[in-house]
Amino acid sequence: MSVSHADNAPLVTWPNDGYDRIPYQIYTDPEVYRQELETIFYGDSWGFVALEVEVPNAGDFKSAWIGERPVIVTRAEDGSVNVIANRCAHRGVKFCHKDSGNAENFTCPYHQWMYDLKGNLLGVPFRRGIDGQGGMPKDFDRANHGLDKLQVHCENGAIFASFSETVEPFAGFLGPEMLGYFNRVFDGRELTLLGYSRQLIPGNWKLMMENLKDPYHASLLHIFLITFGLFRADNQSSVAMDDTGRHACLISKRGEQKHTDKTRDMKRLWEDFNLQDPRILDPVPEFPGDATVVMQTLWPSLIIQQQSNTLAMRQIVPRGPGRHELRWTYFGYADDDEEMTRRRLRQANLMGPAGLVSVDDSEVLKVSQDGIEPFEEAAAVAEMGGRETESQDHMVTEVGVRGFYKYYRQVMGL
Amino acid sequence: MASIELRLEIEDLYTAYAATLDDDDLDAWPDLFTEDCLYQVIPRDNFDRDLPLALIRCESRAMLRDRVTAVRETTMFEPRYVRHLISNIRVSSETDGVIEAQANYAVFETMTDAYTRVFNVGRYLDKLVREDGRLLFSEKRCVYDSVLVPNSIIYPI
Ligand SMILES: [Fe+2]
Repeated sequence: MSVSHADNAPLVTWPNDGYDRIPYQIYTDPEVYRQELETIFYGDSWGFVALEVEVPNAGDFKSAWIGERPVIVTRAEDGSVNVIANRCAHRGVKFCHKDSGNAENFTCPYHQWMYDLKGNLLGVPFRRGIDGQGGMPKDFDRANHGLDKLQVHCENGAIFASFSETVEPFAGFLGPEMLGYFNRVFDGRELTLLGYSRQLIPGNWKLMMENLKDPYHASLLHIFLITFGLFRADNQSSVAMDDTGRHACLISKRGEQKHTDKTRDMKRLWEDFNLQDPRILDPVPEFPGDATVVMQTLWPSLIIQQQSNTLAMRQIVPRGPGRHELRWTYFGYADDDEEMTRRRLRQANLMGPAGLVSVDDSEVLKVSQDGIEPFEEAAAVAEMGGRETESQDHMVTEVGVRGFYKYYRQVMGL
Repeated sequence: MASIELRLEIEDLYTAYAATLDDDDLDAWPDLFTEDCLYQVIPRDNFDRDLPLALIRCESRAMLRDRVTAVRETTMFEPRYVRHLISNIRVSSETDGVIEAQANYAVFETMTDAYTRVFNVGRYLDKLVREDGRLLFSEKRCVYDSVLVPNSIIYPI
């Protein structure tokens, strides 16, 4: 059931019973945002936290986020992967300040409570007091004062975690088709970490998820993409979703740099842009099937990017109703040769905070939020490709956005 | 220690570099590099951990020109002004005609309807060579301190 405002009015009044209208209020209202954190991010969902290659050895740790909560991914002595909250169980200190490192245990700087790599409380200074004075009560049991321990699932090198004890198993959470696409990139091969980038985007976190579920914009906004045929509405393509609509994939095959009768409305396709150094776009096929792009969006906040040979996890960390952080983790495979690594690094020029393509998106999200905030009573329209929420075998559609909001309304009780 | 003349020449190069970006003279920016140059914009954490990913990676002057064309013609962005302050220039070595130099930089960004903000701060780790009597960058790595970028990087750092 939805949480009610003090006056008992519903939190949000959805404009209709369908999914083709999206009230602006959900991009601006602090109360909606608070409930999203509670219900979606800390509820029954799996959040991406790290790649296993980031914590290969015993004692390795990596800081991450689920919603606004800081967590730490650790590799314990027994080889297990653990995800623990970065919050001292004593007085709440965010005790780990490093992005990554290696440690035998974690000690909070405030009162030196010490935890092992799995989050168990090992010791409390002055537990027995000094000279019989002070100390913890006799019934103080360390077992009851460990760090919050999250559910963990490792899927072929990618680590997911959940604050919920009732979250369904990962395979069921994705469903067979989405798991198939996931395992297309995470096929069991050892990964190699190429690096990170991070950006703070002044727009609601859902705008970013919508962006990656909306292939319609790509054919119009991204001149660089459409000019070089990397992702375009006249390419053979589809939008696939799981049964709930919460996850999606945009799947496409590269086309050519020329106008056809189908590209008529793409006024910005620019046939005369000749790259002076075309090495930035020298993709080689490396995955089974003929798709050259698969952009997968996993509920609630992960984007898995396979555009040509550039692979990245894009994790969304919400930072209040009006902004979010986008954390990019670029990777390849341990068996890549030097030329393949070089190719991935060159193609990375298209993505990230300075990406020749993705800059269009971070910029457009900012002006979206700028337009939405002062008009909270209005609603967005998402009718391209109809008003339904079934998978479609073309790109002229906002069906992925509708699928997302179908599930969103259900989970949020709106 | 580099001669005073050389130090002034290096300072002139950095001043010219800032001017091309600050005065929206982007087309002249690649001319300050050699043809087979390497230009990278790298977050500090990748640099410190020897992770190879850069936000911008141009492996030739031609790639710099493509980047300029993309900024000019294909990228959608809100208009803005940038201003570079470059200081603490120091020459760390000079061997076989390759000068290694470092400098601190700060880039300020001004959007049309907002106060100027500190956009990107870091250091340049550069290699300079002389071609036809002119000093040019054969390598430039912009390593920035705050790994969190305020929205988007449009213009080169
Ligand atoms: Fe886009």
